[in-house]
Amino acid sequence: MKMMTMINLVRGSVMKIHGLSRASRCLAAEGGVRGLSSSSGPRVCIVGGGPAGFYTAQQLLKARHDTAVDVYERLPVPFGLVRFGVAPDHPEVKNVINSFTQTAQHERCSFHGNVNVGKDVTIDELRQAYHAVVLSYGAEGNRSMGIPGEDLPGVFSAKDFVGWYNGLPCNKELHPDLSCETAVILGQGNVALDVARILLAPVEMLKETDISQNSLEALANSKVRRVLIVGRRGPLQIACTIKELREMVNLPKVRADMLPADFKGIAEVLKDLPRPRKRLTELMMKAVKEGGDDKAEKCWGLRFFRSPVEVLAGADGKRATGIRLALNKLEGSGESARAEVTGQTEDVDCGLIISSIGYKSIPIDPAVPFDPRRAIVPNEMGRVQDTAGLYCSGWVKRGPTGVIATTMNDSFDTARVLIQDMEDGKLDLSVNKPGAKAITALLQTRGVRTVLFSQWEKINAEEEKRGRSLGKPREKLLDVDEMLKIAWS
Amino acid sequence: MSACALRVLLQRAAVMRKAAHQTFSQTRAFPQCVTGSYTYSRGINTLTNSLRAEEKVTVHFLNRDGKRISVKALTGESLLDIVVNHDLDIDGFGACEGTLACSTCHLIFEEAVYKKLGPISDEEMDMLDLAYGLTDTSRLGCQVCLRKDLDGMILRVPDVISDARVDSEKESSTAPPKV
Ligand SMILES: Cc1cc2nc3c(=O)[nH]c(=O)nc-3n(C[C@H](O)[C@H](O)[C@H](O)COP(=O)(O)OP(=O)(O)OC[C@H]3O[C@@H](n4cnc5c(N)ncnc54)[C@H](O)[C@@H]3O)c2cc1C
Ligand SMILES: NC(=O)c1ccc[n+]([C@@H]2O[C@H](COP(=O)([O-])OP(=O)(O)OC[C@H]3O[C@@H](n4cnc5c(N)ncnc54)[C@H](OP(=O)(O)O)[C@@H]3O)[C@@H](O)[C@H]2O)c1
Ligand code: FES
Repeated sequence: MKMMTMINLVRGSVMKIHGLSRASRCLAAEGGVRGLSSSSGPRVCIVGGGPAGFYTAQQLLKARHDTAVDVYERLPVPFGLVRFGVAPDHPEVKNVINSFTQTAQHERCSFHGNVNVGKDVTIDELRQAYHAVVLSYGAEGNRSMGIPGEDLPGVFSAKDFVGWYNGLPCNKELHPDLSCETAVILGQGNVALDVARILLAPVEMLKETDISQNSLEALANSKVRRVLIVGRRGPLQIACTIKELREMVNLPKVRADMLPADFKGIAEVLKDLPRPRKRLTELMMKAVKEGGDDKAEKCWGLRFFRSPVEVLAGADGKRATGIRLALNKLEGSGESARAEVTGQTEDVDCGLIISSIGYKSIPIDPAVPFDPRRAIVPNEMGRVQDTAGLYCSGWVKRGPTGVIATTMNDSFDTARVLIQDMEDGKLDLSVNKPGAKAITALLQTRGVRTVLFSQWEKINAEEEKRGRSLGKPREKLLDVDEMLKIAWS
Repeated sequence: MSACALRVLLQRAAVMRKAAHQTFSQTRAFPQCVTGSYTYSRGINTLTNSLRAEEKVTVHFLNRDGKRISVKALTGESLLDIVVNHDLDIDGFGACEGTLACSTCHLIFEEAVYKKLGPISDEEMDMLDLAYGLTDTSRLGCQVCLRKDLDGMILRVPDVISDARVDSEKESSTAPPKV
């Protein structure tokens, strides 16, 4: 095992050396074309510094050696959900930060944090300063369950809960009460499983990650012993993927507590399922059968065919003490099966309720078309409907599903479409555009100062330093003002 | 603060996570192929020098655009190493840097070669299940290492979904892959 660890370190350094050499070679090859700064060449603006923004930028820079790309990000820190979504015990997933960093440090790329597009600067202003604008601002809202009691203390959206343990500034004061024994999570996607795992994982498993220290302390004192993950449809429709399910199954000192009745008839259809679905289902059935360590005092369980109908409040009506679930039956079969209520309900006692039924994009500027039903910017292959020169990528283009690789592919697609439009003459490149110079000046008149990538690196260094003293890879700063102070120091 | 330092940090994180794995579960989700051949002194040159030159074999990649790229590489290298070391132009390949967390290193093998590769770990299968265009002879490139008997093999780089409209349908991450 030790050997393997070392090998991985070596492997990491191989990637690093390669990455840098590729970057420098790339610069050398461009030779004369560079020196663009104020002169001609297409200028593209990207709104949002998450995976979609960085992958779109990467592809644009690679495909056209005369194009400059500026990324505007609301927060002083980059990387979007890779920093604020991906679970702290999944550091490998965050390796993508290395290539985002290379992109940000590219000669023809610049990062401008602390700019809230839609408020500090409008999309029309950006469109005037750039040849093209790409919206990659993700999904900052969440779907609500739309049931009575949803706003009671003790009920949280997964988005906020995840933001809390991942150090998202706006969630630092969440203070979830973890003094109850049972927590119910609604929804069975990977986010639901992330939350369940964080709630049940032994603290030793988390204490050397970049989880925020205040949440680590709260989790260390948590009394939560049982986590139920509730889905409206059946085992064959579960939304999570197998890696995350296996992590639940392998969680030390925790056993699985499932309802065998939920799996009636499943064994019979197993053999006809496509491989991914089949393996996922087999793993669930294994958990049903084996349960795991009987002596474990903590447990998790999947509950199927149940939809939330009401959050139940205690006698004083002041906080959540349970949830009423409607029992469902399935109409149809396969991925597209629908849940229909049977009329029966079931009450579950619980002091913590986390709604994990999906994130949701929100409109940021009235000048941009928005489809309220699908909660995306309406587009055709990444070209925003009826708006020449405006594009989109990532969750705001597709909706809030898909792993980083999905987001990467769709961002590459958007970049290719944009390049094609440049080449076909659909984008007017004949006029020079001022780009960041004009926008930074405009922001200055409004009292908005940006955080450049080199300034983020100061924040990064400080976070690493604070992490070191705690034996963690980093301790995230939770306060935007403090971030800004360090960035501009 | 430099990018290097950031990377070192991330590597450390990965190592710590593995330490956690070691303590808490039997799961081993990392490539086994390099054991023995690699010394962990430093960097790529030392690695390659420590292997004898006669152990070079040829690998052919059929890229997405239909172009064939042929390279000579050393036994013991993973297919991800090859793509990286030879700077092969495959968009998005190896996003998680070989830590079994992304499936972007998906490659499709010829059936006879696939059979020679040996068993796949559950963890590799788990990530493969998320890959676009999954086939019965798919593997993750970061988990397969070059051997002498694989000389001359042809690897196909699968297409990724390139029509945004396909993707915007209600997506289920466990749906059968569309090629
Ligand atoms: C909890 C959670 C865990 C996940 N874990 C994994 C995982 O382990 N592995 C995996 O592959 N995928 C994971 N994903 C999926 C992955 O995070 C997404 O596919 C990806 O982040 C989507 O990228 P995006 O750039 O579209 O959105 P985001 O990552 O949300 O990035 C959008 C960026 O835009 C910025 N922004 C928003 N509004 C504005 C504005 N008005 N002006 C300027 N900037 C703005 C935001 O601050 C943010 O930085 C996870 C998702 C979640 C929610
Ligand atoms: N480790 C990882 O790779 C990782 C980690 C986290 C997130 N991610 C990715 O990020 C994306 C978002 O994850 P997510 O978990 O937020 O979304 P998701 O995978 O779409 O899951 C949403 C869940 O909510 C349920 N749901 C939706 N509306 C509901 C309603 N009105 N009532 C009851 N249940 C409802 C869905 O059930 P139905 O199926 O019935 O609609 C589903 O179980 C996913 O693609 C995920 O794979 C990946
Ligand atoms: S490089 Fe990510 S799984 Fe192989």
